[in-house]
This record gives sequence, structure tokens and C-alpha cells, in this order.
Amino acid sequence: MEKITSTEIDHLAELSNFLLTEEEKASLHGDLDSIIGYISQLNELDTEGIEPTYQTFEMENIWRDDEIKAQEANREALLNLAPEAQENQIKVPKVL
Amino acid sequence: MQVANKQNTAEKMVKDAIEKAKCCEKYNIFTSLNEENALKRAREIDEKIAKGEEVGPLAGVPYALKDNFLSYDGATTASSKILEPLKAPITATTVQKLEAAGAIMIGRTNMDSFAHGSSTENSYFGPTKNAYDETRVAGGSSGGSAVAVAKGIVQFATGTDTGGSIRQPASFNGVYGFKPTYGTISRYGVVAMASSTDCIGFFANSASDIDLLMQVCSGQDPNDMTTLPDYYGKQTNAASGDLRDRRGARIGSVPVTTGDATGAPEVALSACPEKIGIIKDFDLTKIDPAIKNAFDAKLAELKDQGHEIVELTMPALKYALAVYYIVVPAEIASNLSRYDGIRYGYRHEDAKSLDNVFSMSRNAGFMPENKRRIMIGNFVLSSGFYDAYYLKAQKARTLIIKEYEKAFEKCDYIITPVSPSPAFKLGEKTNDPVSMYLEDVMSVPLNLAGVPGLAIPAGRTAPTDTAPEGLPVGLQIVGPRRSDKNLLEFATKITKKEES
Repeated sequence: MEKITSTEIDHLAELSNFLLTEEEKASLHGDLDSIIGYISQLNELDTEGIEPTYQTFEMENIWRDDEIKAQEANREALLNLAPEAQENQIKVPKVL
Repeated sequence: MQVANKQNTAEKMVKDAIEKAKCCEKYNIFTSLNEENALKRAREIDEKIAKGEEVGPLAGVPYALKDNFLSYDGATTASSKILEPLKAPITATTVQKLEAAGAIMIGRTNMDSFAHGSSTENSYFGPTKNAYDETRVAGGSSGGSAVAVAKGIVQFATGTDTGGSIRQPASFNGVYGFKPTYGTISRYGVVAMASSTDCIGFFANSASDIDLLMQVCSGQDPNDMTTLPDYYGKQTNAASGDLRDRRGARIGSVPVTTGDATGAPEVALSACPEKIGIIKDFDLTKIDPAIKNAFDAKLAELKDQGHEIVELTMPALKYALAVYYIVVPAEIASNLSRYDGIRYGYRHEDAKSLDNVFSMSRNAGFMPENKRRIMIGNFVLSSGFYDAYYLKAQKARTLIIKEYEKAFEKCDYIITPVSPSPAFKLGEKTNDPVSMYLEDVMSVPLNLAGVPGLAIPAGRTAPTDTAPEGLPVGLQIVGPRRSDKNLLEFATKITKKEES
């Protein structure tokens, strides 16, 4: 297994939306190298022609009636959770 | 389960539990106590009992709630900073059912942040200490719940198990811990970790107590489309038949008596004696001698009771941990992308741009292990690596599921240790994530296959200076999908001697 590069660490931090410090990057780099080294042992296993599994509950297509039902959480309760809200809207820093 | 009555009131039970919780402060079991509301509910239940009104099967029973369940009672932290205790606008189905049955939540328990870990050291609120040795870990991620039961604060506690997070801390603290078949209990209102393996389960002092909790909490939930119908109506060893045709219990419908809750005919236990499988592919020489001895002793005991031991070959199982640390981080990276500092939870004080609201809040709000897993998840899902890691792992997962299916053609239950060693020292593995992950080598295969497993106490190690009673060791009984009730009844039978 090739080691991952610091460019890849930067890319993963971006995908993960983390503003990492240099110290954190270095420590995560070492950790990720050893974790990826461990999971790479899967290469030994022959999975030719095997279907992937995505769930184990053996059910599919459970339909519900297309009805609007009252939700447990209302608008006010949800807005109250936002770190900043104003006039019934969630407030964020300027986008443009 | 000791329920409230006129002599032993709910108020007294709750007061006792809270008092014990306060005495155990040094173990760091709870993230918050629910004293006021719990006492209020206890008085309500006592009033009902006094009037002779019907109370549920868990009337007045104090319990501890793992702090990744949402509830109207208090606020949820998932032992993280980023939820900045969340006053949840919804209540988890499990909490609704427990409360409808009369149980009373007395506190929320510490855990590895977002259930990422095997020691409860990854908590924003510091580690929980082992019930038998304050220098050792509680196990994790549901460490607080396990210690709350082990210290006798509560008779039961909720947990979540994505790769061993109930069974391993149960075994580290000498209590019973059950991970049901995937989909048996609704995940609605529980902070998601890895949706294809997350299971809700319980810690208690016996398999029969867990059986009662399963009756109360299992069943189909319109708010969780992965829930299976009719836990107690359908108890065959093979999940066959069209499950879509069956109607499950609704939220709030709670059985008042133990036994068959749905009125459906009971399916007889598979004929005794049972065939007990042991997995030849697990290298037991690398296992702590105390656990190996407990395992051998249990096998000898089972043989004495007339059960037959069957050797199983499951060669793909040794890849289960690698599969797990691909599939689960991938789901974590997706599930935890919702914590963005916008709609709820923590927003970084210094974030001046929208991008920084995301990246600064997430960076300050997550623990290092959360970040490792999110980044690994994004790695295995990113273009160029998806086929080699994620897709490959999902194919390997199919092989693991097939090995379980084949194994259960040859035996009724499989018995294995829960973890390779008893509770380790605080700090021993925190700097080496892979050695921490190896803790779960025998517990994760069940989650990948969706099969149920019960951790049972199986003795102690020799006493040490810091653990005068020795450290608990545990074994796990594994059953086929949907064998939950049979498994718990079997466990009750084979552990009776220790309880009496």
C-alpha cells in the first residue's frame, strides 16, 4: 500500500470541511496511513463475481400512504435550535 | 426487574438511583442527571398505583439513557461539543416506548463522542472509569451505560451498538449487553453513526430482563423504514416469508405482561439440546488467558448440559474488521456531514464567512477520532479509491453474511469471546487508533451481517492492586437473524446457575 500524500490529506480535509491546523494535519496523516495500511489487507480476499451488500434487513419498497401528517417538530421549535435566527429565517454570514 | 408498588414506591426507587449516581461521581458515568423530571414522573406513577390504575411493565423503574438518544427530557450531547447540548424537538421511539411502559430516565450516560470508540475516552466530557478498576477504561462506546448498571445505579440502560459498543463495555463491566437483529428496534431519534449497522440495545443484569425490554421496545415504526415487524410474533430461526405483509406494533402499544405480546402463536424453541458453534478461524492463542479459560469452561459446561459443540470454518471473518473500517467510516462521513453550524448545534464564534461557519465549527466541534473516521470515510468514497475500498468491502460483506448463513445451517448458536482482552488501562491505546480498532475484532462481524449477539458475564481475572475483585470477562452468544427471543431464552437457561 502506497502512503497517502500531504496533498491528499489537504483534499480529504476539504471534502470533510475541516479547517485543520498544521499540527492536526501531521497527526491525522500518520493515523490515516496506519488505518489505510490495515484496511488494505482486504486486497488479499477474492471477491470476483460477488454482489455487494448495502443493507441486511431483507425488505424493500415499503410504501406509505401519500398523506401529509403533522410532524412532531414544528417550525418554531426547529428555528429555536438555530445558532442565529431572525424573522423566521436562519441567519448566516454574508454569502456574496 | 424490580418494579414499583405500594411499598417500594417509584419515588423511593428514583431517589435511591439518583443518590447512588451522585455517590459514583468519580466514575464520570453521566453527562447530565434528570433529577427533577424523574421525581415528578415517579410521583405520577405512584399516584396511579395508589389509585389502582394500570401501570406499564416497567412501572417506576429508573433507567439510564445513552446520551445519543433524543428526548424531551434534558438535552442531548452525544458526548460531543458540536451538539452544544441539543434541546431536541423530537423524542426517540425507544424513549417513548420505555416511558409509556412506566420507566423513568434518571440521567444521560457518557459515551465516545458520536459513538466513535471502544473505551469512552473519546468523550468531550472525559473518560468513564471501569466499574471494577478506576485505572481502566469502561469500554465503549456505551461506557457510561455499562458502568451505570454495573454499579447498581439502575437496573437497565440503553445503548447503541454499531460494531460492539454495547457488548464490549458490558463484558468489561460484568453485565449483560444485547445487540438485537438489525432493524428490531427503531433508530428514530437516535444520533446516527452508520445507518446500515447501527442497532439499539440494552444493558441489564440478566438475559430475561433484556427479553422484557425487547418486548417493550421492538416493533415496526413508521418513522424508521428499516424496522422489522412482529418481534414476538415471528420467531423462527430463518427470516423467511414476506415480511411486508405483516403489521408491526405501533408506537405506544406496550405489552403489559411478559410472554407473547402480539397474540400470534408462539413458535417453539428449537429442540434442546442445542448445537453450539465455535469458530476455528479466531486465533484464541492471542487472547488473554482469563478469557480463554472462561471460554473453555463455558464450552465444558455446555457439553455437560448435553449440548453439542460444532466446529465452524469462517475464513472471511478475519477480514470483517477491515470491511467494518471501510463501510462504517463511509457512512459516518455521510451522516456527520449534517453538522454544519447552521441549523442547530455549535457555531464557531469567529467564523466570518459561510465556508468558515462549516469548517471552523466542524473542526472545533468534533473530537480527533470523529475527524479520523470522517476523513477515512471520505477517502474510501472518493473517486479513484471507491472501487478498491468501498465497493470491495461491500462485496466482502456479502461473503461474511454468507458465512453466517452457512454456519447457522450447522448450529443453533455461535459462542465467542467478546473482545481479546479484559478492560485495558486508561490512555493505553489512545495514541494508536488501529490497536483500539482491534478491540472490536470479534464483535464487528455481527453488525456487518445484522445478526444478534448477547454479551454474558463469564467470571473474573485474578485480583490486582487496582482491581481487588478482579476484572470481569465476557463471552458472546450469537444467533441467526431474528432469533433474538430464542437466543435470550437460551442465554437465560445456560446462565441461571450464576444468577442464583
